[in-house]
Amino acid sequence: MDAHIQVKNLDAYYNKQQALKNVNIEIPKNQITVIMGPSGCGKTTLLKTFNRFFELTENTKLTGEVLVDGQNIYDKDVDVTEVRKVVGLLAQRPSPLPMSIYDNVVYGMHLHKMKKDRKEYKEAVRHYLEIAGLYEEVKKRMHDPATSLSIGQQQRLCLARGLAVEPEIILGDEPTSALDPISSQNIEARLLELKQQYTTVIVTHTLRQAKRLADYVIYMYLGEVIESGPAKEVFGNPKHERTKQYLEGLF
Amino acid sequence: MSESTSIFSSNPKTEGRSPRPSAAPRTRRDQAARRLFFIMTLLPIILIGIVAFALLVRAWPILSVYPLSDLLGGTVWKPNDGIFGFQPFIIGTIWVTIVGLLLAVPPCILVSIYLAEYAHARTRTLAKPVLDLLAAIPPVVYGVWGLLAIVPFVDDVAAPFAERWLGFIPIFEVTQPTGFGILAGGIVLAVMIAPLIVSVTFEVFLTVPHDLRHASLAMGATKWQTIRNIVLPQVLPGIIAAVVLGASRAFGETIAVLMVVGNVANIPTSVFDTAYPLPALIANNYGEMMSIPLYDAALLGAALVLLVVILIFNILSTLVLRRVARRKWA
Repeated sequence: MDAHIQVKNLDAYYNKQQALKNVNIEIPKNQITVIMGPSGCGKTTLLKTFNRFFELTENTKLTGEVLVDGQNIYDKDVDVTEVRKVVGLLAQRPSPLPMSIYDNVVYGMHLHKMKKDRKEYKEAVRHYLEIAGLYEEVKKRMHDPATSLSIGQQQRLCLARGLAVEPEIILGDEPTSALDPISSQNIEARLLELKQQYTTVIVTHTLRQAKRLADYVIYMYLGEVIESGPAKEVFGNPKHERTKQYLEGLF
Repeated sequence: MSESTSIFSSNPKTEGRSPRPSAAPRTRRDQAARRLFFIMTLLPIILIGIVAFALLVRAWPILSVYPLSDLLGGTVWKPNDGIFGFQPFIIGTIWVTIVGLLLAVPPCILVSIYLAEYAHARTRTLAKPVLDLLAAIPPVVYGVWGLLAIVPFVDDVAAPFAERWLGFIPIFEVTQPTGFGILAGGIVLAVMIAPLIVSVTFEVFLTVPHDLRHASLAMGATKWQTIRNIVLPQVLPGIIAAVVLGASRAFGETIAVLMVVGNVANIPTSVFDTAYPLPALIANNYGEMMSIPLYDAALLGAALVLLVVILIFNILSTLVLRRVARRKWA
């Protein structure tokens, strides 16, 4: 397997409470990996360690390694902003920045001074809004506040905004849980389209969504990875009793 | 009311009894409470009106003799000769307030940014009470501190420094050799209003949702980029409100300022000049030399001017605040 992210001996603590226990996994390149498991099992925590968001919470501790393209992102000489540029995040609730639709998409590109002039920025904004399937809906009101969009549109805007800084990895923390079914479907369709070019890691608590999206599955329980592997194997023939029970909907 | 009456009368249990819910004791108590709270809310507004009216009545003797332009525009204050020019006091008040704000606001904003955005929770729980404590120190203690520490500091350090390096700028011209003056008053004021500004600004920073910061950080923004681009535009109206609060406090501050500001009725042109702010004028003189004709009316006129200046300032800043608030998204 061509691993894009490798996690080695990862332990994570909130205060004294251990949230991740000796996690060792590999996440394949340019596929959709779904992390699933019951509430409180550490799936979001694990996701947050991939873009170093875990450390934004106070009184946390982390040991072990997370390698992206073979580089441990927790090395002292790694610039955290570079990590987050490469590893984008689609949050649980869409969080449009308090500015216009256009400015939301251009924001990240400005941060990293990615384009030369206004024209290039404008083209890029259009490009990423098209990828996110939002361009047609907003092309006539690019300079309206982003908050004037519906919540489903906001989430697609957040996707466009995240893609605009040219990440290689997209993290999704239950990215459809706040959306209505049609908007959810829309986001899922985008993610499936994008998986050729991006390594995608999605946390979800809905089994059906996991089955629709996953190429690769990680099943977690109480901070431990119980089972991981290609979706066909895990869904078709789970090796562990716990995974089997979860898939059967026993808890 | 009629709606609830019909509900009551359609209820077989209450039929035949007087179906008037408003007559129920607890409903009456509820309405009484409502009225009481309303009157309490109205009280401050009425009070401002009463105070302004009383001042106007008491200042009327002088207002009816001299035209307003003479009083406000007059630069000479010689009560014995019947000359009452308020301008030195108005200008003095504005100078001291502005110097105080200029010294206080920038560091206060930096402190609240640090406390709200960077500081560890432990630092915060330690620093906040200390700052709040600063607000609890009585003004007279600040005044004494100003006399013992700030006036000598201005005299020995600030004035020589300005004389050497900044003398060519008119507002830094050293005009008198005592250390008493606007700079000393401004420094004392700055320290006094700082806790207020910090604590209001800090609270405003906390109102910005974490999601917004995280959205920016997730795209690889640095902390400072996030603060500058996302957080600061959101908190700007709040910062202005904090500054206004500080300014109102500074305008009215009396004792600490009058102890260090020199109290000479001249029109200042440099931060090293002495000044005589309106509150100091009133506090120093009211109740003395009242035999001078119109003196009483002149001092209460000064109080009225102070009130009006503060009201105008507050109204203007409210308008600014609204403008800024309208400009931001969401």
